[in-house]
Amino acid sequence: MEAGTLTQRSAPRAGIRLPGVGAGVGRGMVVLYLSLIVLLPLAALADQSLSLGLGHFREQVTEPQAVKALELTLVASTVVVLVNAFFGTILAWLLVRDEFPGKAVVNAVIDLPFALPTIVASLVLIELWGEESPFGVHIAGTRAAVVVALCFVTLPFVVRAVQPLLMEMDREMEEAAASLGAGGFTVFRRIVFPNLLPGLGAGVALAFARALGEFGSVLLFAGGLPETQVSSVYIKQLIENGNDTGAAAASVVLMAASLACLLVVGLIQRWSARHELA
Amino acid sequence: MNSRSRWGLRALGLGYVLLLLLLPLAFIFYKTFEDGLAPPFEAIASPDGLHALKLTLITVAIAVPLNTIFGVGCALLLVRHRVRGSALIDAAINLPFAISPVVIGLSLFLLYGKDGWLEPGLAEAGIEVLFSLPGMVLACIFVSLPFAVRETVPVLQEIGTEQEQAASTLGADAWQTFRRVTLPAIRWGVAYGVVLTTARVLGEFGAVSVVSGSISGQTQTLPLFVAKQYENFNLPGAFGASVLLALLALATLLAMNLLKRKEAA
Repeated sequence: MEAGTLTQRSAPRAGIRLPGVGAGVGRGMVVLYLSLIVLLPLAALADQSLSLGLGHFREQVTEPQAVKALELTLVASTVVVLVNAFFGTILAWLLVRDEFPGKAVVNAVIDLPFALPTIVASLVLIELWGEESPFGVHIAGTRAAVVVALCFVTLPFVVRAVQPLLMEMDREMEEAAASLGAGGFTVFRRIVFPNLLPGLGAGVALAFARALGEFGSVLLFAGGLPETQVSSVYIKQLIENGNDTGAAAASVVLMAASLACLLVVGLIQRWSARHELA
Repeated sequence: MNSRSRWGLRALGLGYVLLLLLLPLAFIFYKTFEDGLAPPFEAIASPDGLHALKLTLITVAIAVPLNTIFGVGCALLLVRHRVRGSALIDAAINLPFAISPVVIGLSLFLLYGKDGWLEPGLAEAGIEVLFSLPGMVLACIFVSLPFAVRETVPVLQEIGTEQEQAASTLGADAWQTFRRVTLPAIRWGVAYGVVLTTARVLGEFGAVSVVSGSISGQTQTLPLFVAKQYENFNLPGAFGASVLLALLALATLLAMNLLKRKEAA
């Protein structure tokens, strides 16, 4: 589930052509499908956001509740990716370097957030950590709920980005460092961690992009109160209130933030690809 | 690494997974069957529940094949052809991952809505997109578009072109080469993409909730049904549908695991 450029690693080679059609027609069909499904709706969104002029756009995105929601979204997403960078790296390490009973199950269950519908996650979390909590822990409807929901949905990104790098890593360097007297933590800090950085960076950026836009899992659990409203929930509320232009303006801002994240992923991947070749 | 820090890391990592993933997963099943099998079963077997299930399966049946065909075709184009604009196509394919489902829903809502660009023509043709099946299907296609391409591209790069060239030297035409040589070689990668696409379509909530209006018994997929039942304080109903979706999620995990092994073999 890694993003970034798909084709950078190998130059086009002579092989089979698209069956039935030539390259030009093939490209035309791909572009048409992409335009109809993805680009045309997004163009309509951008158009709507500016339909009442640039001044109105600025007013809508600087609306106090819009700013508050965006702030919460950015702060919660930052906290969440830091938490998941920490636990995700530990988990990747356990899955690659450690042996323990049930490892295959843990490895499989890491992908649960990709497979489980977000609304189901939200429902379970509110029953687990809400008023009816069997453990007496009640965080539903607070900002902590936003963080927990986002931790749930973004955990696989970091683990799955770090895991392959750990698998490929040469252990000789670590052994050399250890034999020269470096302690476990020093080896990790000076040898392992720098090697994991590209994967960790890409995983964190993907997780951040996902967290910024997340809707279903926070909806029930964190709720729509002004204090716990993330941007996507705020946008949904504007749509329900019939403020299409305001919703479109807030959407454009949110989209720009996530696109910046994906750009970072692309840059990291290009950088690490270049360093691998060198 | 000494054994104390090893145990420390295990406690941290596995504790996190237990609390964040396994506990909620187990809790879905516990909560659903707390009062026996009847309440969740009745909820799913209610007319609205069955309709939601049917609608979910219809969206899967349309969105998944379309995105799979597109995915394989697009991957072939990106990997095997030297077309101009590949980088742009590549970037556009990533867009659905970067955009909030609500924003995706809104963009469709605006395009097909009452003042939208396409509204005049569609109204004349008598086609309703919003608050009906076409809009929901379009939302599902949008959100799940990248998976099939992403999973097909790396396997296509990996298998190389030697066998394909051999086949065409021996007189196979493009279709024969594709069907007999390329497709068998990339099938597990494609299948993995299909599994991810299906899981995403089954569970899609945000985008569909904006375009469908979530009318019970009419424009409700299973995830929307879960939310509506919860809002109506029908917890057994919400958990009944959730368990169905959770079972599908577990089947997805199982399929992902098996396919990864096949791919590696």
